[in-house]
Amino acid sequence: MSPTLDQHHPQIEFDPNDGLALLEGKGQPVTAKYGIPLAVLIELTHKCPLQCPYCSNPVEMERARNELTTQEWKRVLDELADIGVLQVHFSGGEPTARKDIVELVQHATDCDLYTNLITSAVLLNREKLAQLADAGLSHIQISFQGSDATKADRVAGFRNAHAKKHEVARWARELDLPLTVNAVMHRQNLDQLEDIIAMAVDMDADRIEVANVQYYGWALKNRAALMPTIAQIDRATQVVEDARERLKGILDIDFVIPDYYAERPKKCMGGWGRQFFNITPSGKVLPCHAAETITELDFLSVRSNHSIAWIWQNSDAFNRYRGTGWMPEPCQSCAFKEIDFGGCRCQAFALTGSADNTDPACALSPYHSATFKTAETEAETGATRFIYRNFAGGTLEAEPQDGK
Amino acid sequence: MIQTAPASLRRMLATSQSAPRLARGVKLRHDETRDRWVLLVPERVLAPDDIAVAILKLCDGNRTIAEMAETLAEQYSAPADQITADVIEMIQDLANSGFLIDGGKS
Ligand code: SF4
Ligand code: SF4
Repeated sequence: MSPTLDQHHPQIEFDPNDGLALLEGKGQPVTAKYGIPLAVLIELTHKCPLQCPYCSNPVEMERARNELTTQEWKRVLDELADIGVLQVHFSGGEPTARKDIVELVQHATDCDLYTNLITSAVLLNREKLAQLADAGLSHIQISFQGSDATKADRVAGFRNAHAKKHEVARWARELDLPLTVNAVMHRQNLDQLEDIIAMAVDMDADRIEVANVQYYGWALKNRAALMPTIAQIDRATQVVEDARERLKGILDIDFVIPDYYAERPKKCMGGWGRQFFNITPSGKVLPCHAAETITELDFLSVRSNHSIAWIWQNSDAFNRYRGTGWMPEPCQSCAFKEIDFGGCRCQAFALTGSADNTDPACALSPYHSATFKTAETEAETGATRFIYRNFAGGTLEAEPQDGK
Repeated sequence: MIQTAPASLRRMLATSQSAPRLARGVKLRHDETRDRWVLLVPERVLAPDDIAVAILKLCDGNRTIAEMAETLAEQYSAPADQITADVIEMIQDLANSGFLIDGGKS
């Protein structure tokens, strides 16, 4: 009998990044070994009106005068489309703090790129959002700091941020823009998870990303105030499982257990230099948005006389931790080395002083038990005051007022 | 109490009369560099196989699944009712993942 659909049961691969990203580009020897990533994160600026204590930007933020110009970003977008990138995520800082955001989204659309705007939303008005939609924006992701305004605004360090975000989410709906709610979770809001998921359903979002704080950059400064307890994580996992079942086809829920409490580390970035890069406000090409925290590495810029594909394929920073050759023990002889690629380099650097080490989130790392104990203690007894993110190197939150 | 309307209106229960289309933010595109069809969704790029691509290309929000099955039956020289069942199953899977919605309802 002729082939029916049954015999060839249609398949959609759910984690194809590996296979796809590593495919050889046709006639592109430069990407032959490590295929150009499918998606790239573009950090247009480090400016942001919010002051989130977990912000993943480096503590040393880039000043506006060093940012790439509109023309330079356009050239970058052309180049990305040209070498086979399919999606760009416009991020920051706050990407809409750039006056040319609509122009850049339009340019990306003209290059046939799928565009995603990762925003705190507080700088948007309806007209601007409509312009972005007209410019072909494919998707918008709005960050939320909690489910209730007082607490959420305290985390953001910005008055009325929460209400404003709701307003922008409503406009996104009216303009038929696909919407993801991004909720960054930590000890001081993890107990609101159920309400946050309900909030996302209420605002008719398509997806929610429940993102646990990653402890480098600003978040490392604030770890004692942010680290969740094991009990909180267990409960959150259950909440997510129940919600996924209940909301199938209605709300897609993305959730990863924070690795401080896992036995093995995450396959951070899908492995260093394997399927991801991002570009900083001043044009540096990084293997991870936190990579600049590894102060011993030098990163090349799109302003150098190298192409982006060359930087991806040949630069020292990308090759330093690529594959498995660089690994020390216990990774080198470990069966998981091609599964997690030794975990996160930034975390290894932040917690052990050298990015060459096994990620201490791994139970086999000699630093693991100390790290885990610190985390546990901080979760139980840590202070709750935040150090807010700003260009001055951070500001400690005021003492709580009475009746607050 | 968790409120599920209005998002629940989007959820499609696939029948031979539904007319699926790609959900907001989902794009089917031919990737020239890698020479294959890809499904672009908010945080991922998916690689549907040939049959999935053939089905997705027909999801325009007007064609019903029954009509799609007829086209596919010709293409694959297989009985239409058998194909209808397979297509419904696959489309339901895609709808559950949020990639397809019912064109008639929105
Ligand atoms: S995490 Fe907060 S402070 Fe950092 S860029 Fe995003 S919204 Fe701004
Ligand atoms: S030893 Fe290295 S490769 Fe093995 S599980 Fe731990 S981090 Fe992963």
